[in-house]
Amino acid sequence: MVDFPILSLMTYLPLVGALFVMMIRGEPDLVARNARFAALYTSMFTFALAFYMMAKFDPASADFQFVEKHVWFDSLKISYHMGVDGISLFFVVLSAFLTPICILASWNSIQSRVKEYMVAFLVLETFMIGTFCALDTVLFYVFFEAVLIPMFLIIGIWGGVRRVYSAFKLFLYTLLGSVLMLVAILTLYFQAGTTDIPTLMANPVARDLQMWLWLACFASFAVKMPMWPVHTWLPDAHVEAPTAGSVILAGVLLKMGGYGFLRFSLPMFPEASAHYADLVFWLSIIAIVYTSLVALVQEDMKKMIAYSSVAHMGFVTLGIFTATTQGVEGGIFQMISHGIISGALFLCVGVVYDRLHTREIGRYGGLVKNMPKYATVFMLMMLGSVGLPGTSGFVGEFLSLLGAFKVDTTVALFATTGVVLGAAYMLVLYRRVIFGPQTNEDAAAMPDLDKREMLIFLPFVVLVLWLGVAPGYVMERVSPSVEKLLTQYETHLAAAEAAQVTPITEENNPADDVSLPMPEAQTDE
Amino acid sequence: MSNFNPAELAAVFPELFMAVAGMVLLVAGVMRGNQSTAFISWSVLATFAITGMFLLGVDWDSRTVMGDMFRLNPFTGFIKLLILSGLVATVALSVRYLYEEGMARFEYPILILFAGLGMMIMVSAHNLLSLYVGLELQSLALYVLAAFRRDQARSSEAGLKYFVLGALASGMLLFGISLVYGFAGTLDYTRIASSLTGVDGVAMGFMVGMVFVLVGIAFKISAVPFHMWTPDVYEGAPTSVTAFFALVPKIAAIAVLMQLLYGPFGGLSVHWQQIVWFLAAASMIWSALAGLVQNNIKRLMAYSSIGNMGYALVGIIAGTPQGASAVVVYMTIYMIMTAGVFGIIMCMRRGERAVESIDDLAGLSRTSPMLAYAMAILLFSMSGIPPLAGFFGKLLVFQAAIGEGFYTLAVVGVLCSVVAAYYYLRIIKVMFFDAAAEAFDRQMAFAKRAVIVVSVVFVLFFILKPNVLIDTARHTASTLFAG
Repeated sequence: MVDFPILSLMTYLPLVGALFVMMIRGEPDLVARNARFAALYTSMFTFALAFYMMAKFDPASADFQFVEKHVWFDSLKISYHMGVDGISLFFVVLSAFLTPICILASWNSIQSRVKEYMVAFLVLETFMIGTFCALDTVLFYVFFEAVLIPMFLIIGIWGGVRRVYSAFKLFLYTLLGSVLMLVAILTLYFQAGTTDIPTLMANPVARDLQMWLWLACFASFAVKMPMWPVHTWLPDAHVEAPTAGSVILAGVLLKMGGYGFLRFSLPMFPEASAHYADLVFWLSIIAIVYTSLVALVQEDMKKMIAYSSVAHMGFVTLGIFTATTQGVEGGIFQMISHGIISGALFLCVGVVYDRLHTREIGRYGGLVKNMPKYATVFMLMMLGSVGLPGTSGFVGEFLSLLGAFKVDTTVALFATTGVVLGAAYMLVLYRRVIFGPQTNEDAAAMPDLDKREMLIFLPFVVLVLWLGVAPGYVMERVSPSVEKLLTQYETHLAAAEAAQVTPITEENNPADDVSLPMPEAQTDE
Repeated sequence: MSNFNPAELAAVFPELFMAVAGMVLLVAGVMRGNQSTAFISWSVLATFAITGMFLLGVDWDSRTVMGDMFRLNPFTGFIKLLILSGLVATVALSVRYLYEEGMARFEYPILILFAGLGMMIMVSAHNLLSLYVGLELQSLALYVLAAFRRDQARSSEAGLKYFVLGALASGMLLFGISLVYGFAGTLDYTRIASSLTGVDGVAMGFMVGMVFVLVGIAFKISAVPFHMWTPDVYEGAPTSVTAFFALVPKIAAIAVLMQLLYGPFGGLSVHWQQIVWFLAAASMIWSALAGLVQNNIKRLMAYSSIGNMGYALVGIIAGTPQGASAVVVYMTIYMIMTAGVFGIIMCMRRGERAVESIDDLAGLSRTSPMLAYAMAILLFSMSGIPPLAGFFGKLLVFQAAIGEGFYTLAVVGVLCSVVAAYYYLRIIKVMFFDAAAEAFDRQMAFAKRAVIVVSVVFVLFFILKPNVLIDTARHTASTLFAG
């Protein structure tokens, strides 16, 4: 453990950096240069802190670590409560890891309003890390929703042709889901009397209420995830966002949905989660199969990877709601691995986009001849995305499917087809871009990766291989927390079942005075 | 009035001082003519400041004075302070503007002063008559202010419209008051409340009277469906007057509504909750939808204020001390945010002319970045995005409503806030994403800049010390229920 508030330090350091960048004055060129370096150093330092935290993290413990708790809203008993456990640890690290990468990736491709761009990314980092560290529902919501502000600006100002449409779609879609969660958070506050996440996790509310609250939270996380059929904002956002925006979007923002399921849905509403698990399974399967098919016919590289993200997130939701050790751990691992792989894939697209300014697959071809290094990196990431054993993609997918198999073989059967389809569209993409004849002269004349780009890809390559061969480092930190989560989950379910056998106890339950009718199972969101 | 005690004058001293100062300044203005406008404006500002100090000096313990016509308690004290700060902000915003627009006549600040006086009286009223007198004093001043650019058709139209509809509302209010008087036999808040206890069933006439009183107040806070005057008046009136309308009278009217609903009509909460429920939902829904198609920023702000009143009503409907304190916090945040937004709207001048179309803001982030960032922060706050202050205002009112089981209203409210977010975002889009239009004139009066800076700083840093405001609001709102 450490004796200084490392989580707050990590959260607010980028904000301080942003303030510093904002104050840079002088010649435009110099300002841009200084802004880039200031942002890079700040985010590197944040990452160093995250690394230090990871090293100091006690892998054996399932409890929240590095906990900070201060009075915030005195009279409302809302506190400033931060902490990480095995579930959130790696998301914090992932956020801190991807931000400096994004800043490096934008080094040359962003030329207008560089200062503002760097400020937006640093502010975004603060909110992302805050989301994963927050242990109070209101604090969580504040960070969770605040993410929209910098993201809206990043897509809207530095995006592509249809950037305005995409920025609005992203903002309004996610806001719509989030506000329903806010109602749920407030209801929870009155029913349970607290906004403290660990307390709420230990004491679920009455069953009828859970059903409603689960749906409200589901609306929020499903949009963020995104799950079919509320995924349509994602391809638009990805296509129009600048490369670094896509990396953050795919790498971290989508994970907030999965993290939300793990932090809110499963532990706080165990009965509702069990009740609605089938709904989630089928939505996940539709996501996996349908979006894979959609990805197959895309002509735009970014759009294809965006749809593949939806499909991969389908495995995550599937794994999480199996509520088995393998499934949940697989879901978490899949999220971490997808954060790395999809981030790298978007960077790969960014590399060729910087050179040719198009994302149309047909405009490329035969890049292996003039860009061999690029072809190698792209191949590794593509294979990771497909889930080839030996890459990090395999571990998560395999575990999720194993979890699904333990619960429902039909579900597992359908989900597994997604693996095949995933291989299909990724290989098609790779073949059309990298192999084949060089039909376009300008594409054939593109130079290979330069030093900066190699430097950016190096950590991705190392991570994908390392996590694929030795997932143990991550797993041994994740496992205790997952075990604890699932033990609690099972206990609550068992307790609820026992309570249903003896209905007298339920009538006497004081938390049961909300007379909300129970919604039907399988209702469409 | 028989037991008049001169010592009671101390309790109303701030209002007395304001009235006397207003009259003195009026005479001074008449003697010195229009060239003294700036002097009168600064004197009015000084008057507000001194009144504020007197107000702080007065004992805020809960009591009624002047033959039970006038009530003092922490709630009225706090609201009056809020009103005074709103008045200071509007006058500060106006001074330069009056000269720029060539309407520098000395009556302007004095009218604001009298409107403010009326509001302070209506907030302190403990009798339906003193309420009516205060309300009319402020309304009369507001009618004139709306038509202050009398050489401009739009402004005259706004004034006339406001006058006709406002007079109608006052008539309804008066009719309601007379019905209540007829059935309760008294105009005193406390005695109206006690006339309701111990009787089974409420007289139909009393109910009708209450409804009419509510309608009258709903006009003043421009709750849908009594909002029709708002967009036209906001658009037609000079911008400095619009800022005034958006900031101060709303606070006074909301405070009066709370005092009436929790005081004399407290026993009828089952009945008025239905009315307020409808007003709140309709205001939120209609403002969200109608705001989508506005191109004039002042009209947009009109719909925005309608919506904000809807959210405030969500807090009122809960009828709990918690809800009341949420409304106080909400109104405080609303006032500060709106002051900043109007400060920025008043900076929208091009070639010595005020422009007010949303498209005129195009590319503001390039031509005057600081202004654009300030505006973006305020607008994100208005749409209720954390971590800005506007979010916490909404959080508290919804929390109060959910605490009392108003789930549907809360869901309607949050959904409307998403729709409304669209029109706030649209302004941000125009400022940040669109190609730059011609730059605005470089002129920033110190007072205007101060208002904008205070507003933005408050919105940004509210999150750090929310307790200061929330605890104050809790303390003041609890006195509403003390009896």
